[in-house]
Amino acid sequence: MTDSKDISIMIVDDEEIVRDSLGKWFAADGFAVETFPDGKSALHHLSENSPDIIFLDIKMPGMDGIEVQKRIVEINPDPTIIFMTAYASVETAVQALKQGAFDYVVKPIDPDDIDHLVRNALEKRKLERENIRLKRKIETLEEKPTIIGESAAIKKVLDLAETVAKSDTTVLINGESGTGKELVAQTIHQISTRRLCPFIPVNCGALPESLLESELFGHEKGSFTGASQRHKGVFELADGGSLFLDEIGNISLLTQMHLLRVLETKRFTRVGGEKLIEADFRVICATNLNLLSAVDKGTFREDLYYRINVFTITIPPLRERTEDIPLLANHFLRKYGLNLKKDMREISRTAMDRLVRYSWPGNVRELENAIERAVVVGSAPSVEVKDLPVGIDERENTSGVESLDEVERDQIEKILVKTDGNIARAAKILGINRSTLYNKINKYNIQV
Amino acid sequence: MSRISILPVPDFEERYLEDLQYRLEEFLPHNIEIKSGSFDPSYAFVRERHQYFSTRILEKLADIASAEDTGETILGLTTIDLFIPVLTYVFGESLLSGPAAIVSIHRLDPRFYGKPENSRLLMERLEKTTVHELGHAFGLRHCPDYRCVMRSSNVVEGVDYKGKKFCAECLSHLDFKPRI
Repeated sequence: MTDSKDISIMIVDDEEIVRDSLGKWFAADGFAVETFPDGKSALHHLSENSPDIIFLDIKMPGMDGIEVQKRIVEINPDPTIIFMTAYASVETAVQALKQGAFDYVVKPIDPDDIDHLVRNALEKRKLERENIRLKRKIETLEEKPTIIGESAAIKKVLDLAETVAKSDTTVLINGESGTGKELVAQTIHQISTRRLCPFIPVNCGALPESLLESELFGHEKGSFTGASQRHKGVFELADGGSLFLDEIGNISLLTQMHLLRVLETKRFTRVGGEKLIEADFRVICATNLNLLSAVDKGTFREDLYYRINVFTITIPPLRERTEDIPLLANHFLRKYGLNLKKDMREISRTAMDRLVRYSWPGNVRELENAIERAVVVGSAPSVEVKDLPVGIDERENTSGVESLDEVERDQIEKILVKTDGNIARAAKILGINRSTLYNKINKYNIQV
Repeated sequence: MSRISILPVPDFEERYLEDLQYRLEEFLPHNIEIKSGSFDPSYAFVRERHQYFSTRILEKLADIASAEDTGETILGLTTIDLFIPVLTYVFGESLLSGPAAIVSIHRLDPRFYGKPENSRLLMERLEKTTVHELGHAFGLRHCPDYRCVMRSSNVVEGVDYKGKKFCAECLSHLDFKPRI
């Protein structure tokens, strides 16, 4: 008989003998069975429950089976309905099937036929579910993670991602916090041949050490206090797909050792378990630390470093690709305008200027948060300077640009070299008096 | 060890009774007895179907077992054609974890299908169907393993195809160990 695990069957028939007999027949196969003597009680049950299959008698006092089926479809169209009747009628059969019933049987039913009927109904349900799952998967594949940018720096990141995605090579993504390391990892996964299998991210820095091992390896029931159920870890969940280990520099040396063994053998045991489990996944790691320095300090294993540092992608901080800021800002403007149902059309020139000049220590994540806030507090259709978070105009992007003091210092040094240290002549060239020049020489600690 | 009492319903060929007793004793650790007397199922006959309502017979067998109050399982053996409502026929029926089971050779007999008499084949089918129904009485449900005796058989070919013994999974749910 069909594998009955987790399958529920509902029987609706006014004859107790039929409900009992059929109920026992299905119960012997391990199905969960519930029986109801009429349409009304069955419909009440269906308002909160969803059996897999409903065997529905046609001739019942009060509401007949055809009417019950119409109501079932309104409340809960999910269950597969099979009509039963002792009175064969072509018209009724046609009507029942037109209304969406899966099949129609005449009592008494041959035991082999009922087995085939249930098996076929379950197969149909399984195929329908698989169809829905695959359609959703295709939709998510079509919504590829978008890395926004036209700068040469980010285009290089994308090129590298596309190159490495074609193979199963382990990737290490370097970048400051908020630069989009997980987004790049997702992009690699979505381009790769593993895209139909799971992408499992783990933030190694967010979990306490005691939980990280269980999260990675899974655990057996009873392996430690609180382990009331067997739990599959990410090594198993990522089977066939990609495993993204973010903040890999934050894991303990002991966990690094265990991780190295898994990466080399692709075999592991769950915490508290003995059975060796094989897994097939592609590893993408990320860090904002300098792992080589960590190796020198002894906080990161050298062998693990070389194991994961096969192909490196470095994502530049946002301040080094300011030309992408308007693109990103407008992208987030559209996103949060939609989310918050505000007709946001533009960022004012002054506001955009501030955004471009800001240093963004939190990178793209900070920019996204700033735009979201601006959309929340601002009035449609544009984002103004006043809508931006306080402080955005206070930390200008000084990457590659000198401050006023530095410019002044450089100029004074240049002129002093030119005048061979002659303070009077230097002061005249600079257009300031000698005492002012002396003050500045002291201020900048210039050697004359 | 508890007892299984075989009761003819209403009668059953002696040679098949003794052969079955022997086979069950070889396999199960229980005491297998053939009860004297018989049981009249005529009250369970349904004229429209020309068959006997199996559940009604089973209920009476369960009453007999309860009345004896010895923890025994009553196994009814019959040649009559059994049915339960909704289905066209059954080979047998039992109470899940209950004290009674009934098996009919009516549709296990090759002659029912127009084939020549074959006592050996009939006994094989009877043995498997009996162990299967007793398995339900011991608390087992149907098993998806095609080799296991607890595999559901809706046609006689299914009975022929499956094995005579409990699989390891089903065995793990029994509170006794078969002899072989």
